[in-house]
Amino acid sequence: MHWVSNAVVLLLVLGAIWLARVVPRERYWRENALELWRRRRVAIAVIAAYLLIGLLDSIAWVDAASEANALTSGRPATIVDRIFKPESLKEASYSAPLASVSFYGGQPLAHPGAHLLGTDLLGRDVVYRTLKGVRVALLIGGLTSLVVIPIALLFGVSAGYWGKRIDDAVFFAMTVLASVPNLLLLIALIMVLGKGTVQVCVALGVTGWVHFCRIARGETLKLREADYVAAARALGVSDAGIIRRHILPNIAHLVIITFALSFTALVLSETILSYLGIGLDGSWGQMIDQARNELSRTPVIWWNLAGASIALFTLVLSVNIIADAMRDVIDPRTRREGR
Amino acid sequence: MAAFLLRRIGYGLLTVLGVLFLLFVLFFAVTNPDDIARKAVGERARPEVYAQWKANHGYDKPLFLNKAFAGGDMRRYTDTLLAEHYRRMLTFDFGRSDADDSPIATRLWQGAGPSLSLTVPLFIFGLVAAVALGLFVAFFRETYIDRAVLVLCMLTMSITSLLYIIAGQYLVGKLLNWFPISGFDPNPAVVARFLALPVLVGIVAGIGADVRFLRTVFIEEMSRDYVRTARAKGCGDARVMVRHVLRNALIPILTNIVVAIPFLFTGALLLESFFGIPGLGSLTVEAIQGNDFSTLRTMVYIGALAFILGQILTDISYAIADPRVRLG
Amino acid sequence: MSAPFLAVDRLSISFPGEGGGVRVVDRVSLNISAGETLALVGESGCGKSMTALAIMRLVPKPGRIEDGSRIEFEGRDLLTLPVPEMRGVRGAKIGMIFQEPMTSLNPVTTVGDQVMEAIELHAGLSREATRARVMELFALVGIPDPKSRFAAYPHQLSGGLKQRVMIAMAMAMRPKLLIADEPTTALDATIRAQILELLRDLSAKTGTAVLLITHDFGVVNEVADRVAVMYAGQIVEEGTRLELLSRPRHPYTQGLLRSIPKPEARGHRLEEIKGAVPRPGHWPSGCRFHTRCPFAFEPCPTKEPVRTSVSATQAASCHLVARELAQGARP
Repeated sequence: MHWVSNAVVLLLVLGAIWLARVVPRERYWRENALELWRRRRVAIAVIAAYLLIGLLDSIAWVDAASEANALTSGRPATIVDRIFKPESLKEASYSAPLASVSFYGGQPLAHPGAHLLGTDLLGRDVVYRTLKGVRVALLIGGLTSLVVIPIALLFGVSAGYWGKRIDDAVFFAMTVLASVPNLLLLIALIMVLGKGTVQVCVALGVTGWVHFCRIARGETLKLREADYVAAARALGVSDAGIIRRHILPNIAHLVIITFALSFTALVLSETILSYLGIGLDGSWGQMIDQARNELSRTPVIWWNLAGASIALFTLVLSVNIIADAMRDVIDPRTRREGR
Repeated sequence: MAAFLLRRIGYGLLTVLGVLFLLFVLFFAVTNPDDIARKAVGERARPEVYAQWKANHGYDKPLFLNKAFAGGDMRRYTDTLLAEHYRRMLTFDFGRSDADDSPIATRLWQGAGPSLSLTVPLFIFGLVAAVALGLFVAFFRETYIDRAVLVLCMLTMSITSLLYIIAGQYLVGKLLNWFPISGFDPNPAVVARFLALPVLVGIVAGIGADVRFLRTVFIEEMSRDYVRTARAKGCGDARVMVRHVLRNALIPILTNIVVAIPFLFTGALLLESFFGIPGLGSLTVEAIQGNDFSTLRTMVYIGALAFILGQILTDISYAIADPRVRLG
Repeated sequence: MSAPFLAVDRLSISFPGEGGGVRVVDRVSLNISAGETLALVGESGCGKSMTALAIMRLVPKPGRIEDGSRIEFEGRDLLTLPVPEMRGVRGAKIGMIFQEPMTSLNPVTTVGDQVMEAIELHAGLSREATRARVMELFALVGIPDPKSRFAAYPHQLSGGLKQRVMIAMAMAMRPKLLIADEPTTALDATIRAQILELLRDLSAKTGTAVLLITHDFGVVNEVADRVAVMYAGQIVEEGTRLELLSRPRHPYTQGLLRSIPKPEARGHRLEEIKGAVPRPGHWPSGCRFHTRCPFAFEPCPTKEPVRTSVSATQAASCHLVARELAQGARP
């Protein structure tokens, strides 16, 4: 269903454009964003690169070229597919990086020296596979969170703001969900729902929802007692107005930081799911899992593991760095100018 | 204190009931017993075989409402899968595995020992290492040592535990050959050799996040006024860090620690599976790979019980550690 | 007047910041003699607390005491003492109490244990002897029912009681000097009077000198023998209590005293010192007060005033005062 994927991408891009127009208008966001850019240019550039690759890998369409493609045959080919033309790079089986002969047997390769990180068991170029994994990772961490956050905010803020019955109900639901160890609940959900992409994302969403909800609820509880909220109420601002103007903006930065951290947690936990056999197809976790066996051979086949690990590590590290920097930027105590 | 305890345990029980309901919905409503039977017995068995299998495993009753009984009869509600589920789970009657028909309770007992022998040392050594390192780094905050350790923490936190295990097995097991790559022998004389590597890997995988958290807590405490008073009295650095900072930092730390204690039982899933330790974690992984819903259901339940117990213990320990909570 | 046993000489404290750092305490010099109470007065941010912390060498990082500063105590420079020796001074020879008794006491240990620690650190007494001493101290500082209070936690005590505990802790080893950093600012008015009275009595009874940091001239009036006024990191005037309260020479001191609301001035506009305290590092050139001084004249914006003695005990750093004295004007 490539048009679904394309539609989602379009929505995301439109959302990004909207953000790019709205953010600079608010001085608080503009200053924080600029400060963040100033401090962590490399990490931001890295993440931007990943986003670009993911984007390129999400826009797909079917045409004569993809029909002929042995790897995609009939499935829509993405831009990444078209750039790499994996079918034309395919080998028989393993080959070392930049080798001209196959790993076992030493037969000459179809494309000697063309594989920067070698090929895997099925002869697929490892660089290509790594790049395809970008989209999967962004899907797991990003898309899931993006869907989960509005729902969690809805429940969390409602519970925190209106309290009493709503709070009791939401808190109980949160407690029940949170009582089951995350991994176990995840596993149970996937076993029950099935092992497809959508199901895994739903499972990740259900388990991740609680974290956001708890934070939203906690912060709303605190903010509800703030003096400026009392002042706003005294001025006659409606509940919706208070939520929109005072509560949401003040939990926004916390939500963003939590989003970044939950992104990394989700991507890392997917690797565990892949090991258990219930992860997403084409993910780095899957590559790492396959690599496990390869390490025990002599001589060791390491390039599959290397490609996936480095890609994963770089992405997670960059997001961690940004999340950390965001926390510093927003906390007034660590900002050096102004007070 | 007693009232607080009672209330807390009461809420815990309520949560258990909620969890059981969630489990029921997941395991019986989303996948129905027919599918489970089919997965266990095979696709092409005769209907009687399915029915018999379901009867054996207690899957043969209706889900919520047993319409065979009249409106006023209690059995309308109690002779259902839901009621059965509650009854059995609350009495710890776990039944048999869907995969190999073995009694689950027995497997639990067998697995508990190996799990504990892995997770208890992991927990204790990991805690000691993290606290020591955290205190050290907090004391040297804003210096090169601090910055170096922070960078290290950031790096180590960004690596998936899968990689740690793989790297650990490869480097220490294969290249250096210090410890066996996997396996388990409960004989006290040799058990340490098999546990050394998983414990080591487990500590290294988790220490980055722990040290960062502890460092933040310690630094927060160090900036408090009473630390200044202690120094003004003439306290030396070591005394300040241990007698004053650590003692106060215990309170937020406890929340994280005591919650983890019940997990000592459920076992470290990945570690056990990779290192061939026949504990509860391995049991769970087997259940996943074997589509053994009944065992999986039990493991999730045990996990939830452990967590709820952990929460209650945390609240209690909080009251013990913080005189402000205890004495009001 | 006895010889000073604490002499702060050209103390400067700076913090890192834009443009090479900010000096929050600028060449401050003070003397304290045995048994006397010196009040260090000034508004928030003038550097008085830092000065006090410097004597104990407790200036918080990243602040540092600059070279050239000297704090002489009992014949030795405290700033060059090796750390173990300094620890021997803290709590034993010089005691310190702080502004917020609520947060200045360890919340998870009993107050009795905390005062015991003050003794254990310096005297090797047995547990019973230490405990007995703590009881004595509690009685000394006026804590009622010492036995039950011993096992109490800080949060169970009122603000006044907590401050008494702090004083007991600081006085445990009969220090020569007690530094009190705004000890009554966080307390209610009635308790304030009690604590000040306690400080006065203790000082008289034990012969301990007191360095009292405050922004409140009312407090100064209650307990001080001598007063030093700080502005923007510098001492601008010093003298005996009587001299400063009745005949202040520095325009800043005069402004401070004038701005105290008086009942007889009811119905009239409140007096104020025009302008605001400049931020550290953004001080005006020359005399730091000149931008707000009603008497500023030609040398003030460009030249820093020197310390001019008005009498044997009073001195001010002001060009106007210097000129008046040179011309033989009546003080």
